[in-house]
Amino acid sequence: QQPAPLEPLGHPDAGLQSAVGEEAEGARDESPGEGTMTENNFWLKKIEISVSEAEKRTGRNAMNMQETYTAYLIETRSVEHTDGQSVLTDSLWRRYSEFELLRNYLLVYYPHIVVPPLPEKRAEFVWHKLSADNMDPDFVERRRIGLENFLLRVASHPILCRDKIFYLFLTQEGNWKETVNETGFQLKADSRLKALNATFRVKNPDKRFTELKHYSDELQSVISHLLRVRARVADRLYGVYKVHGNYGRVFSEWSAIEKEMGDGLQSAGHHMDVYASSIDDILEDEEHYADQLKEYLFYAEALRAVCRKHELMQYDLEMAAQDLASKKQQCEELATGTVRTFSLKGMTTKLFGQETPEQREARIKVLEEQINEGEQQLKSKNLEGREFVKNAWADIERFKEQKNHDLKEALISYAVMQISMCKKGIQVWTNAKECFSKM
Amino acid sequence: MGTLGGAGLAAAAGRERTVGMEGDRLASQARSSGLPAGGATGESPGVDAPLLGGSGSSALLQAEVLDLDEDEDDLEVFSKDASLMDMNSFSPMMPTSPLSMINQVKFEDEPDLKDLFITVDEPESHVTTIETFITYRIITKTSRGEFDSSEFEVRRRYQDFLWLKGKLEEAHPTLIIPPLPEKFIVKGMVERFNDDFIETRRKALQKFLNRIADHPTLTFNEDFKVFLTAQAWELSSHKKQGPGLLSRMGQTVRAVALSMRGVKSRPEEFMEMNNFIEIFSQKINLIDKISQRIYKEEREYSDEMREYGPIHLLWSASEEDLADTLKGVASCIDKCCKATEKRMAGLSEALLPVVHEYVLYSEMLMGVMKRRDQIQAELDSKVEALMYKKADADLLTEEIGKLEDKVECANNALKADWERWKHNMQNDIKSAFTEAAEENIHYYEQCLATWESFLASQTDLHMEETSEDKPEAH
Repeated sequence: QQPAPLEPLGHPDAGLQSAVGEEAEGARDESPGEGTMTENNFWLKKIEISVSEAEKRTGRNAMNMQETYTAYLIETRSVEHTDGQSVLTDSLWRRYSEFELLRNYLLVYYPHIVVPPLPEKRAEFVWHKLSADNMDPDFVERRRIGLENFLLRVASHPILCRDKIFYLFLTQEGNWKETVNETGFQLKADSRLKALNATFRVKNPDKRFTELKHYSDELQSVISHLLRVRARVADRLYGVYKVHGNYGRVFSEWSAIEKEMGDGLQSAGHHMDVYASSIDDILEDEEHYADQLKEYLFYAEALRAVCRKHELMQYDLEMAAQDLASKKQQCEELATGTVRTFSLKGMTTKLFGQETPEQREARIKVLEEQINEGEQQLKSKNLEGREFVKNAWADIERFKEQKNHDLKEALISYAVMQISMCKKGIQVWTNAKECFSKM
Repeated sequence: MGTLGGAGLAAAAGRERTVGMEGDRLASQARSSGLPAGGATGESPGVDAPLLGGSGSSALLQAEVLDLDEDEDDLEVFSKDASLMDMNSFSPMMPTSPLSMINQVKFEDEPDLKDLFITVDEPESHVTTIETFITYRIITKTSRGEFDSSEFEVRRRYQDFLWLKGKLEEAHPTLIIPPLPEKFIVKGMVERFNDDFIETRRKALQKFLNRIADHPTLTFNEDFKVFLTAQAWELSSHKKQGPGLLSRMGQTVRAVALSMRGVKSRPEEFMEMNNFIEIFSQKINLIDKISQRIYKEEREYSDEMREYGPIHLLWSASEEDLADTLKGVASCIDKCCKATEKRMAGLSEALLPVVHEYVLYSEMLMGVMKRRDQIQAELDSKVEALMYKKADADLLTEEIGKLEDKVECANNALKADWERWKHNMQNDIKSAFTEAAEENIHYYEQCLATWESFLASQTDLHMEETSEDKPEAH
């Protein structure tokens, strides 16, 4: 699928619009999708990214113990405008933990963006036939697709696609981790985590963000419930189909003693076998559907993280404003000699005697400086806050459209799967019925 | 020769008698030598008059006597060979070839000629100080002359059915008597009398009686008639006639001892039959298990689906753009859930009872084989006795003669009934599975229609949306 040709660059929103157009088309394919870069980026050409292979590796971990892990091959191709041919420009191997590092980096440095999620670390919502083993080939295959999807999402995001670390992830095999750490990322990551887990109360929450956080909670809850029940439904459906397979064997054995009925029994039995084995493909397809839902389950977390960040900033702002107000109050009291606010200095003055006018002047001066600083800080915090809200909200709108589009497509694909399953069922049972009626 | 007094009957509306079988009963009745099988009952028509007369009189009994007289008349009419009435010998000229019986049998089983219709319904619980039990109402409609009236209504309990079956087995040891539903269900039953159990049993009991009614010989059995028509107290007094429990027990012990011998000298065709029965029994049991398991899995699938649909509805409450799509999916899932319920009901109506009946039939068949073997064994033991004990040679020879007839009768009866049974089995299995397949097709067609209409509605919407979007820059 070819994305729409690039809009003339330079306009800050152009990247956004063209990227949105592309996402609407290409982000969900298994085939390599395309990400376009704006002129402020490192490439001027279109690129294709794919996670084309997965390989089992053994190595030594940080504690010098042997471990087995899977490595994924990431191939980047640049596409020539003129003839549409693609040339392999980069190819390297990455493991899941490196993807995690990339994502954590993005989370820290783009707190106002709903950062695309990674496929799950461990298999969850598993029904009995599916393996929960990380090394299981089906799981690895689905993870490969999920990782490719992640990279495509990032590459088609108007802002994230410009990130240098992301570029290096795709191009610089060795030393990439060190490069990330050199950004001072680790400290920031720790403080971010701490902040996100802290409890605090905002006095004047932004209603839109509160609603959004509420929405993200609901989304998470309803999708997990849906995935859990879906897994149970899959399990039961598997049971129904597979038990029919037993008919095949028994009919065949029975046909040996029947003269007139024998042929009919035998051929009906064959159709029962076909029916029983058809469920495997059906459920494999459904697993992909489940993965699509899972992506949005994890997206809900990313959404909440943005809301939390906003809350944090709001709280910070409120604290700063409060602090400033209290300092102003103190200053005023010192100047007028009235003590309304409690201060340690005031207490000690009471206890240990009045201070001298010089001391008081000094204190007023200090406070005035602090107040100035405080006002500057508040101003910049306010500005920061408004910028954050503006940018976050733009990304949230983008996300909403993407989510509506993707989920609708997923639900429709579910209907298509059901239709295909029904058609197969009709065919098998029609064949079986014919065999039975000829007995 | 008297062929087919039977064939001559072909024209008579449904009152056929497979003469050979009747002859069998008459002959064995006459011998009354305490043979284990062979129906030492007091109820065979044509011979009962003296016995019944002795058991007391009532209006109904009088009527029975009359009926019996009628039967005797029929017997005479059917048989050109007066030697039938000679109790001491069984004429080899009797039309006992399986082929002739098959012809009769095929004709017999035609539905338009059915003249006995039985329904079993209205289970009712009865509580006494000693026990609790269920009775079923049995309505019989008939145009047969030997019945006093054209409609009868009686109440019977399971015990009464057991009695009837026992009597039929006694009277016709090598006929394939239809099976009764089990006394108890082994697994998964909490209460003895839960509604599903009672309903399943009711249907099976109805099947049982109708199968007897459709059977060319059993349909004319006297105990059967009494069962269908007698009031409760009349039935109890009727039951008290006939060999007591002790004599029956005595018979069983001998039977077991003899059956082993009978197996060894079994003729080839019965070896084949036995082989069939063994394998059939294995397979039908497996099919029964598989079918029950399918029902169970479908039930659990349906339970999960019932929870699955509403989640989409719940989700739609927090969405705007997706709400319609989600509601659509929820509705489709609910409809499919209902279709599954219907599919299960179909399975439980059409397939499960039929398969289960044949599981029970296969047990019956093994019993019939055994009884045939026993009859054969008796003959064989007498023959052996003759070989070693020269004493009483004459008596033994006479006994052997009678036993040989008995064996031939038993074998012929079984062969004929076997063909009939197999024919019915094939038809029943065929229609049961065909219907089950039809249910499945219907289920998938319903689901297909549901999802296709959902998809159509979504693509229509999508086309509307995209045509709206086009003018805007994207």
